[in-house]
Amino acid sequence: MTPQQILESLKSRFGEAVLDAKVDAFPDPWIRVAPATLREICLYLRDDGEMLFDVLMCLSGMDYRGGKLGVVYHCDSTVNHHRIVLKTEVTDAEPRVASVESVWKTANWHEREAFDLYGIVFDGHPDLRRILMPDDWSGFPLRKDYQVPEFYNGMKVPY
Amino acid sequence: MEETMTEPRKVAGFGRDLKSEEMVISMGPQHPSTHGVLRLELVVDGEIVVDVIPHIGYLHRCFEKHCEHMTNYQQVIPYADRMDYVAAMSNEFGYVVACEKLLKIRVPERVEYIRVIMAEFSRIVSHLIAIGTYGMDIGAFTPFLYCMRDRERVLDIFEQTCGARLLYNYMWIGGLSHDVPPGFTEKVKDFCKYFRPKIKELNDLLSYNKIFIKRTANVGVLPADVALNYAVSGPVLRGSGVRWDLRKNDPYSVYDRFDFEIPVGQGLKGTVGDCWDRYMVRVHEMEQSVRIIEQAVDMLPAGDIASAIPKRIRPDAADVYVRTETPKGELGYYIVSDGTATPFRVKVKSPCFVNLSALPAMCRGAMIADIVAVLGSIDIVLGEVDR
Repeated sequence: MTPQQILESLKSRFGEAVLDAKVDAFPDPWIRVAPATLREICLYLRDDGEMLFDVLMCLSGMDYRGGKLGVVYHCDSTVNHHRIVLKTEVTDAEPRVASVESVWKTANWHEREAFDLYGIVFDGHPDLRRILMPDDWSGFPLRKDYQVPEFYNGMKVPY
Repeated sequence: MEETMTEPRKVAGFGRDLKSEEMVISMGPQHPSTHGVLRLELVVDGEIVVDVIPHIGYLHRCFEKHCEHMTNYQQVIPYADRMDYVAAMSNEFGYVVACEKLLKIRVPERVEYIRVIMAEFSRIVSHLIAIGTYGMDIGAFTPFLYCMRDRERVLDIFEQTCGARLLYNYMWIGGLSHDVPPGFTEKVKDFCKYFRPKIKELNDLLSYNKIFIKRTANVGVLPADVALNYAVSGPVLRGSGVRWDLRKNDPYSVYDRFDFEIPVGQGLKGTVGDCWDRYMVRVHEMEQSVRIIEQAVDMLPAGDIASAIPKRIRPDAADVYVRTETPKGELGYYIVSDGTATPFRVKVKSPCFVNLSALPAMCRGAMIADIVAVLGSIDIVLGEVDR
């Protein structure tokens, strides 16, 4: 299916939840969806006979500056040989996105990474805790406004 | 060692009820078989592993944060080298392909062919280490030395080309740092002629060794549907019988011009998707890499390697996701540009990170000793897991 067809089929099914799209974007066409309905959309994308997006290639946390955070999903179908990019945006005051761990198991660690480095909370994730940083680290290092702490557990951070 | 607070389970069938309590054992972070600083939290019931919880991050070097603080795109490449440090060429390859797509650059044919040769050499090097250390994990020390001997020859070719043996900074955006040295074609052909019989030697020594098969066949089985749901890639996915290789299924560079096959696991010694299958896919892939290298060297066109290197790298605001097939699997770079000379965001989808996340699914119900066999068969490099 072309990105245009995927967009139309999502719009007819989820209506309001599809916020914005650019299907002629170079190089990867993307669709922006509401963070709360994300799980249903992904479940549809995985299971519908015409979609069959069986692989989540990548899940990236984003900081778009100005208090806007986001998550980007790169989905691929090994059966139908098409791909699509889903984007979703949240504010840093309310950084909550529906988890897709129950759709694609691979999202488990990716979501933990986005939580660890951006502080995005994935609702419905079974085991949301830090993965790369130490458990007692404070702050979210990949945010654009992150300040390196002067001390960690009483040890001076060298720079 | 510490005991968990779980309720004792009752085991029926002995006339009286046997109590069996689960125990938590920490394996690593300093352990010879975890291939680096990885800690596995094993929940065991006697000798049976009930659950495995990997703890990673001991080697986290903020690669993605560093990328946002470079002064230009070119400076990221040495850092990309240091992710999967046993196959550095493959990491650079993915990054430069992504940047070129963002910049809409077409690189000269000669550059493409040299890149493919280097990437395939790095696949051989990486698989030799994977196979050698895997044998060592299981108790066979000799194959490791044989693998290191052959790896040395490839490293010599790398050294003659760009001066470095492990971390190259060789592929640049739009070109290469150096052209290949005089006599390169002969050296590569000599190596291919030398290496083919060595694969057979390796098979006699390790692959079809009875003890090795006993330790790996029917161990750590990963079914194909579970593998896809976990999005594992590379030899781990192909070991489960899925014929999926980005060099064929989503070709980049000039891979669509070569004649080669995708080896998959067939369950010859046990079940499809067991450790032996994953191991054997790597052995067959080395043969295919030799095939690709031979063809690429024959087709290598003349030309300039630096003609397409841009003076000033400032891509338009856009985002790109490019995936390439590294020895470990699908390495993806998600690069977001905001129109300045520095990347706004670089996210690396590391194959080892994803493959390791499927470890608990392979290990549940196995024996403690099999954990080492399963972990070795996924072939992780912690530098890439933790980035």
